Amino acid sequence: MSGFTLTPVETKPLSFTLPVVGAAGAFVGLFVGTAHGSGFMGIVLGAVILMALAMIALKGLGLDKEKATRWGIIVLFVVVGWFFAALPGLVLGALFGWFFSWFIFWIGEGRYRANLPPYLTPGQVLWHYSFRVICGAIFIFLITPILVVMPLSFNAQDFFTFTPEMLRFDPAGYSLKHYEDFFTSTGWQQALRNSLSIAPMATVLSVGFGTLAAIGLSQPHVPFRRAIMAILISPMIVPLIISAAGMYFFYSRVGLQGTYMGVVLAHAALGIPFVIITVTATLVGFDRSLTRAAANMGADPLTTFFRVQMPLILPGVISGGLFAFITSFDEVVVVLFVGSANQQTLPWRMFTGLREQISPTILAVATILVVISICLLTTLEYLRRRSERLRGLSPG
Amino acid sequence: MSDTTHTGPVLAADGTPLKRSLRRALRAQKMRALALIAPLLIFVLLTFIAPIADMLFRSVENQIVGRTLPMTVEELRDWDGTGTPDESVYRALYFDLFLAVEAKEHTKLGSRLNYEESGISSMFRTTGRDVDNIGKVYQKAIEKVNPAFGEGAFWYDMMSGGQGAEGNERLLSNQIGRLEGLESATFSGEIGFVPGAEIYKILPNTTRAYTAFAAFTVFLDNDVVAEEDPWEAVYPALLLDLSEPAAADALASYQGPGAQELRDLAAQLDSLPAVDMTAALIESNKDWLRTGYWEVIKTYSPPYTTGYFLNAIDMEKTTDGIALRSDDERIYGILFKRTMFMSLVITFSCIALGYPIAWIMANLPARSANLLMILVLLPFWTSLLVRTSAWKIMLQQQGVINDVLVWLGLVADESRLVMINNQFGTIVAMTHILLPFMILPMYSVMQTIPTSYLRAAKSLGANNWTAFWRVYFPQSVPGIGAGSILVFILAIGYYITPEIVGGTTGTFISNRIAYHISSSLNWGLGAALGSILLAVVMVLYYAYDKIVGIDNVKLG
Repeated sequence: MSGFTLTPVETKPLSFTLPVVGAAGAFVGLFVGTAHGSGFMGIVLGAVILMALAMIALKGLGLDKEKATRWGIIVLFVVVGWFFAALPGLVLGALFGWFFSWFIFWIGEGRYRANLPPYLTPGQVLWHYSFRVICGAIFIFLITPILVVMPLSFNAQDFFTFTPEMLRFDPAGYSLKHYEDFFTSTGWQQALRNSLSIAPMATVLSVGFGTLAAIGLSQPHVPFRRAIMAILISPMIVPLIISAAGMYFFYSRVGLQGTYMGVVLAHAALGIPFVIITVTATLVGFDRSLTRAAANMGADPLTTFFRVQMPLILPGVISGGLFAFITSFDEVVVVLFVGSANQQTLPWRMFTGLREQISPTILAVATILVVISICLLTTLEYLRRRSERLRGLSPG
Repeated sequence: MSDTTHTGPVLAADGTPLKRSLRRALRAQKMRALALIAPLLIFVLLTFIAPIADMLFRSVENQIVGRTLPMTVEELRDWDGTGTPDESVYRALYFDLFLAVEAKEHTKLGSRLNYEESGISSMFRTTGRDVDNIGKVYQKAIEKVNPAFGEGAFWYDMMSGGQGAEGNERLLSNQIGRLEGLESATFSGEIGFVPGAEIYKILPNTTRAYTAFAAFTVFLDNDVVAEEDPWEAVYPALLLDLSEPAAADALASYQGPGAQELRDLAAQLDSLPAVDMTAALIESNKDWLRTGYWEVIKTYSPPYTTGYFLNAIDMEKTTDGIALRSDDERIYGILFKRTMFMSLVITFSCIALGYPIAWIMANLPARSANLLMILVLLPFWTSLLVRTSAWKIMLQQQGVINDVLVWLGLVADESRLVMINNQFGTIVAMTHILLPFMILPMYSVMQTIPTSYLRAAKSLGANNWTAFWRVYFPQSVPGIGAGSILVFILAIGYYITPEIVGGTTGTFISNRIAYHISSSLNWGLGAALGSILLAVVMVLYYAYDKIVGIDNVKLG
């Protein structure tokens, strides 16, 4: 929220506030009602209760007691929630209480107009907020699946579902046994070791070759630039199953199929496009006069590269490396075909586990991987800002 | 400060014409750039492009028939395709098959031809077990006449033509080459045997069969030729050669080792069983009578074939040329159509869900937009398998969505929704997985559209819809285009997610390719399906390059 208001806020008449708040109450009431037998009762009760609350809050108690009123509503909802469904009901009650205590004042006091231009028609205001709700729903769609995995990984049972104990927040329903399984099982540990020995090698190869080539590609006069670029980017575009099939055929011809080297080479090839893209993007903003200046002052090309050019494009190189690493670390299809049982990686094990649905250890691994990807994402974001700062752009 | 009186070419400091000096500098620059690119280019060509080329090659390669049955293919060329081929074809088949059985390659050929016509595989397998017995009949008869024919050393002397005889090196290298083709290996070195040139003229079939035996003994069994008894196949070959009218005359003047024994044997030819390979093979398996099977062998005898591609588009070669398969055998057309349809649905869902997100991120202040960006990038960075397993948890019948619906009373406990192992599951999971690829290009395009355009349109009297549809939307189309092509390309070749949440109705063509490569082992068909998919992707890639430019791909 910005510090100033675009439109002066004015209290809305009850003839507007009550139906809106009532409708919201009816909507929530519908779900509570169906869950307890009668949807119709839920709608009526929800609307009536919310309208009554709004009436009391806005007219009875007034604005100067806003804080106390809001806490009162939250407590009321918590108690009702507890009455209906014990601990989960309490949590839901707190959430709904918090939302409605805010919603009543937001609507009743007309605060929703504060950050909108004054010339908007009511229809436009409604659309503005409906649009936000739609976007919110899409964000929920994006993020929920990832969030759902995490609590399930602490499941005390060997199920892929929430057990009643878990929903009751009963400590007996939770355990670390899947994590324990992951850290003690030789199969998973071997898979982790394989992943950790393949990915860095592949990353080194693709970053090494990729950075050199990106520098070459960013020179002003490169013959067949477009064609070369198309070839170098193609591992990203060609469907993985086709790359995997081709590599399987070809690598078994040359004796690389089923070897560590074969998997590393395959993964390096898949990581190269990412390095090329990120490093060339960094080089676009690179000031070529810097290398000329360095040469002018007597630095040989190698010194120029390592002391002048490299520090400046390093963020791009590192983020390309991260991309290459995650590509290899996350890759299943190619390793399934090119690798043998000795190269079984973490994703491979997860894939077979998922197909046969053996144990929720997969979910523990998934949670660990999500945490790793959050770390990587943070690193990348930091690098991006640093690179923009170095190039004199303000961090957007 | 130009010198107008100077008419010659402009010179550089060292006296060379400036033009040439510049051109040289430019060339040096180009070479330097190429030298930097070269290592990676070679790396990608070797590790990635070569495998793709290999796959394309495998989709038309069909050397197995010609390699395993070279003489049969040769003889079949004259067959007109009606009835059964004549005895010469069956004879060639017997000798070809004998070597193939020794090398254990006949089952491979059987399974290869079985892809075209089921049943052939078992025909090759049963006859493969019988080839020894077929030859043994003649061996016993010949050994009864003269036991010397049962001795390895005798055969060795006879076939090599004795010490110092002129050898037929060409026959030897021919047979070694055949063995190399069969075993997909290279053999080199002396084998301690060279077929005699003279004996070859008299007994061509026998010498050929014996030479094949000799090469096999040395290279695959690692034994000494002279010490081993020959294969059963040389006996029918010997009888065949001796029954040639010209053989008796040639033998009469032959002086090499074994000449006398051969003359004696030829004299008793009438008491020996006649070679009838047609009968022998048909007795082993009646299917050798089938015209259809012989047609398949003949059709697939050239080293390259369009058969796999025809198969991949539900067509087959018949006697009347190329025709569509019968309705119940068509699966790939349906699969391709389904892949296309589902990829389109996924692309459109991504547009529908991605557009609002990209819009709101482009129109919010930078700080909030960055926060939302993290919500988009987090799934993007999360392991594909994590997201797929998450969807499995969400969508299954005891899953989160069903639980919530039951808890809310919207769905009865006994009629939980089936949302997984069907098309719906695949579409939902893949839309989620590919959504960031749609949002990111859309966002980068929408960021460049000034918000004042919309306000200007409205102040000029456009209503909300007109302002959006006539002013904003056209400017955002490049973003939609870029995102759509990217999502479509990625969707069309997806393997992991459909495999896990797709069941049987929600799988893509890529699942079929994987099946052919790892389970049914019909590599050629897998490669042909892959080539078709690759062609589609390449066309889209070209379009993407033309519309967006591959340099403009952005990653987060």
